[in-house]
Amino acid sequence: MRYSKTELMICVAARLMEDYSTCFIGTGIPMLAASLAQKLYAPNLIPIFEFGGIGAILKKLPRAVGEGRTFYRALAATGICDIMETAQRGFIDYGFLGGAQIDPYGNLNTTVIGTYEKPKVRLPGSGGGNDVGSLCWRTIIIMKHEKKRFVEKVDFITTPGYLTGKGKREEAGLPEGTGPYRVVTDLAVCDFDEETKRMRVISLHPGVSLKDVIGNTGFELLVKEPLEITQEPTEEELRVLREEVDPQRYYI
Amino acid sequence: MEIIEEGQVELIQKPDVEEFRKFVREKKRRGLVDKVMDEKEAVKEFVHDGDYIGVELYGTVRAPLSVIREIARQGKKRLRLAGQGLLEIDYLLALDLVEAMDVTYIGYEVLGLSPIFRRAAESGKVKIAEWSNGAMSWRFKAAAMGIPFIPVRSMLGSDTFKYSSAKVAKCPYTGLKLCLLPALILDVGIIHVHKCDKYGNAVIEGISGFAFEMARASKRLIISTEEIVSTDEIRRYPERTIIPYFLTDAVVYAPFGSHPGEMVYLYERDEEHLKMFLEMAQTVEGTRKYMEEYVLSVKNHQEYLEKIGIEKLLKLKYERMER
Repeated sequence: MRYSKTELMICVAARLMEDYSTCFIGTGIPMLAASLAQKLYAPNLIPIFEFGGIGAILKKLPRAVGEGRTFYRALAATGICDIMETAQRGFIDYGFLGGAQIDPYGNLNTTVIGTYEKPKVRLPGSGGGNDVGSLCWRTIIIMKHEKKRFVEKVDFITTPGYLTGKGKREEAGLPEGTGPYRVVTDLAVCDFDEETKRMRVISLHPGVSLKDVIGNTGFELLVKEPLEITQEPTEEELRVLREEVDPQRYYI
Repeated sequence: MEIIEEGQVELIQKPDVEEFRKFVREKKRRGLVDKVMDEKEAVKEFVHDGDYIGVELYGTVRAPLSVIREIARQGKKRLRLAGQGLLEIDYLLALDLVEAMDVTYIGYEVLGLSPIFRRAAESGKVKIAEWSNGAMSWRFKAAAMGIPFIPVRSMLGSDTFKYSSAKVAKCPYTGLKLCLLPALILDVGIIHVHKCDKYGNAVIEGISGFAFEMARASKRLIISTEEIVSTDEIRRYPERTIIPYFLTDAVVYAPFGSHPGEMVYLYERDEEHLKMFLEMAQTVEGTRKYMEEYVLSVKNHQEYLEKIGIEKLLKLKYERMER
């Protein structure tokens, strides 16, 4: 069975979406994963979009976090203050984020590459990323696994992960018990070590060696033994993904 | 309140709530006055060089572009900007009308980065302060409440905080560290809505973004609307009025006012036009050409719509949105 890396990432992310949970959904892969999850594993998943959509049925893929499809047949259409306050009160379980760079502690950069004053590339900035990473209980990060993206130190901490280690989030004032939970890449799935809060690979995707993963990571990556092998996309997942979730192939 | 840390960027707009109260007392009309005017009049009267302006919502959704194109045509200078606007900000940046910006996210999501914003930021020509979406909306909320700051739990520990004008303080009740966000009082707010009466009682369908807060955080408010309805209709469903008349200074009738952006339940965004714009925006030359053709050489919104073409516009209309 043939599938692309993006399709695999979407399936892995969809399987992480828990039924009866509330999820902050950002643009791109999280939207596809949420839609796939709703159709296959988590019919009671409540997708939440930062500009006001709560509980949409993701029949068609939204192309932006504020557009009509983010509240298609939703339960409520409110506004951004209400959504962010809902997260601040502790109601949002999962947040899904991407980034241009990530470091061993799950800090994310979506602001600049290079120095802030003289950036090589100006990226879009935080958007809701900082709020999602600060306020929801568990953050799941979805990124392409490349050395230039998985760096020892991000050029700019747009969204806080565990900052410089255990307890540092709480020290900075962020709500207790929050933080990055998983990193889903096109090569592997990682979590964060309980003691050091450093990124740790827990599962390799089919056909990927640990050497590949380490070779594409710009920092020392912890390894959880025994390593699991990620389950391949099932035929059913691929069919739903291609025929129902993204028939126009915006993303896949 | 003990201040523990401070963001290093100087505030672009000070939260002077006392002055805001005075302004509201003296300048905001209490009566039901007909406020319908066209873009030209609204911009001429309410937008000035050096103003701090904000546009509501983000990206290509409910974008008040007919008013923004008019600001561009009138060449209002040294503007300071807030909001999660996208094309709005790009148009004004492209013409060098912007001096400083409070930024949260400027990018085209699925379609990629904004080349115009990139050039402006990378050249250091525009002064920038960083915020999150939550932070920007809460800054409007503080202004709407008439208080100078609001404590929140975002932005802590990040460089987003470091390159903002927020502060960290210890909560006098709980001892928690909190991020204090300065209220953002706009000189002019610009919001595009579905329906509005001639007095400026406005109705928004679908999500309301941060319209509620921004309308209340603005000294002057320009509403552009897809439809002007009777006050009788407003009075029949008063619970739908998100923006009551006394906040509004100008009502601009602008069907397809969000084009090439979308207006939920009415029309979809113009993907083709957006892609063309982004393609042209890759170079300074191309950007200039686009601005000349679609903004500067166009007399008014009516002419803009004619330029886009009725056929194209009708194609964008929702056939009948399933609800």
